[in-house]
Amino acid sequence: MTHLLPLALRSAWNRRYSLGLTLLAIVLSVTLLLGIERMREAARTGFGQAVSGTDLIVGARSSPIQLVLYAVFRMGEATQNMSWASVEKLAAHPGVAWSIPISLGDSHLGYPVVGTTPDYFEHFRHGDRRPLAFAEGRPFAGLFDAVLGAEVAERLGYRLGDRVTLSHGMGGFAGAEHDDKPFTVVGILARTGTPVDRGVHIGLEAMEAIHLDWQGGAPVPGFSIPPELVAKFDLKPKAVTALLLGLHSRAGVFAMQRAIADNPDEALMAVLPGVALAQLWETLAVVERALLAISALVVAVGFAGLVAVVLAGLGERRRELAILRANGARPRDVFALLALEGCAVTIAGALLGTLALSGLTLAVGPWIEAHYGLALALALPTAAELRLLGLVVAAGTLVSLVPGWRAYRMSLADGLTPRV
Amino acid sequence: MAEALIELRDLVFRWPGPAGVCLDIPEFSVAAGEQVFLHGESGGGKSTLLNLLAGVLVPASGRLRVLGHDLPALGAAARDRFRVDHVGLIFQQFNLIPYLSVLDNVLLPTRFSKRRRERAGDARASAATLLGHLDLPENLWRRDATQLSVGQQQRVAAARALIGRPELVIADEPTSALDAARQAAFLDLLGRECAAAGATLLFVSHDQRLAAHFGRRVAMADINRVTMATA
Ligand SMILES: Nc1ncnc2c1ncn2[C@@H]1O[C@H](COP(=O)(O)OP(=O)(O)OP(=O)(O)O)[C@@H](O)[C@H]1O
Ligand SMILES: [Mg+2]
Repeated sequence: MTHLLPLALRSAWNRRYSLGLTLLAIVLSVTLLLGIERMREAARTGFGQAVSGTDLIVGARSSPIQLVLYAVFRMGEATQNMSWASVEKLAAHPGVAWSIPISLGDSHLGYPVVGTTPDYFEHFRHGDRRPLAFAEGRPFAGLFDAVLGAEVAERLGYRLGDRVTLSHGMGGFAGAEHDDKPFTVVGILARTGTPVDRGVHIGLEAMEAIHLDWQGGAPVPGFSIPPELVAKFDLKPKAVTALLLGLHSRAGVFAMQRAIADNPDEALMAVLPGVALAQLWETLAVVERALLAISALVVAVGFAGLVAVVLAGLGERRRELAILRANGARPRDVFALLALEGCAVTIAGALLGTLALSGLTLAVGPWIEAHYGLALALALPTAAELRLLGLVVAAGTLVSLVPGWRAYRMSLADGLTPRV
Repeated sequence: MAEALIELRDLVFRWPGPAGVCLDIPEFSVAAGEQVFLHGESGGGKSTLLNLLAGVLVPASGRLRVLGHDLPALGAAARDRFRVDHVGLIFQQFNLIPYLSVLDNVLLPTRFSKRRRERAGDARASAATLLGHLDLPENLWRRDATQLSVGQQQRVAAARALIGRPELVIADEPTSALDAARQAAFLDLLGRECAAAGATLLFVSHDQRLAAHFGRRVAMADINRVTMATA
């Protein structure tokens, strides 16, 4: 083998341009494969980090996944609400340390409006139990104060003191605007990489106030209550979408969950966020697998390129191989020469691809985090990634046996006379 | 007479397919140190015979001994080994690896064969001596093989066939791309070097004019019972 190495190197150098292109194809596919794998991991992590420290999410009885979808991700629409009486009852329960009511349904330019209480800013946790922080301003205090998530503020270019009007529902319907009661931006949250970034947060009372003169999802015709008069009405919320609960002791979580499920006054349901998030992620497994399949295809295309280039080059290398053979190379040397080359190109591709990904992570990682909330950390390959890389190298080596085998057969068929 | 270096008896070789029997040689032998000129028509089986002698092809039947080795009895790997260790080869053209320097081309057999490496002693010095004897000035040695004229390339191939002093040098029409004057010069150099190295030379050509340079001349038609008409 050692006598082949210098030859293999010289020969490869002689064909450096076509080999370089092959290498590039493999580097790109490896970068893509690993990149998608990292994004997938980041998405999964980010997904699990959307909420933390919350022991139970309570809502009207429906499916746990749906409840998590709108309570945590503000997606979909709550078909049923839970009554304010239940909220007050649970909040007063001795086992409950804190509670955050959440009321959804309105939006601002496609961003969900979250009606809640100032407790939200104090008790809500995400990621590694990180609290919310204010990039600017303060929690809402006045009736028509709004606190924006980082993405809302950045995308729409809002600053403190700007006025925003909300739309009824997810927006897009003419006339379904709460434009008679504009809100003032009093706070902008620091970026979290979670759905919080996409929220427009207002008080529950404000949520009531903008719907005072509404009925059944539409403004009552000819009837309008100006903002300065709303304070005269009873703004106590009647219902909320969900309630996030923090308990004094985690040990009580299952008892609490049962108690809520057995609540005689109203059909309620309490879910453990971790369990529901895991279930939700399972429903996304198809997407995950599709992503993996795509990157596997990309790698396959890279290898097809490798085989094509090497096989196409065999014709012009036929003479070279015959000369080698006439001068002592055995057919298996010829085979080894080609397999060695394919293997080396694949390994180099895997290494360079990993490096390229690191470079990319350094270069555009912060941008991706800022825009998509995917935290791509510069890290050594994980065990799973190493397994993927190992698979790639194994597949590449296997694939390069094809030209090796072909060269082997050719060198036997050619005998000592170089046929060109 | 010592044992012949090449010894063929009742050898039959056929290519697969319609071509059928290509060689049927009742008797042919070459003594050690001989320089034999083998000539015959194109398609008469000269190259086929050389492939047999080099252990690339195996006969269908008959006796084929080279340097005392019973080639048909050896496995493919052993025949490969035999070829590297004992046979130097020169072809009609395209002898050199384009991306290797002249010197590295000459050293090629010493990379693959321990025996040739050992017999060459200091391989580089020995390559230098051979190149010098074959009229290749030192300023060419580091060049890529492709930068040489065809005649120079053939002399490099001769140096390579001779390095590590193989017992048998086989040349398959190495001069057909050269003009008459160069042909003569090449043959003289090759003959002299083979003699100096103690190598037996089997030189194949269909060009009868070259026969004068050789001590022994053999016509393919005289040893092979298969004639072109029946082949
Ligand atoms: N690889 C092969 N497969 C099948 N038949 C072959 C093969 N190589 C040669 N032959 C046949 O064997 C016969 C002898 O060929 P060979 O190359 O030995 O002739 P040659 O005497 O060397 O001719 P030339 O002077 O043109 O080189 C020819 O009829 C040829 O068609
Ligand atoms: Mg021939």
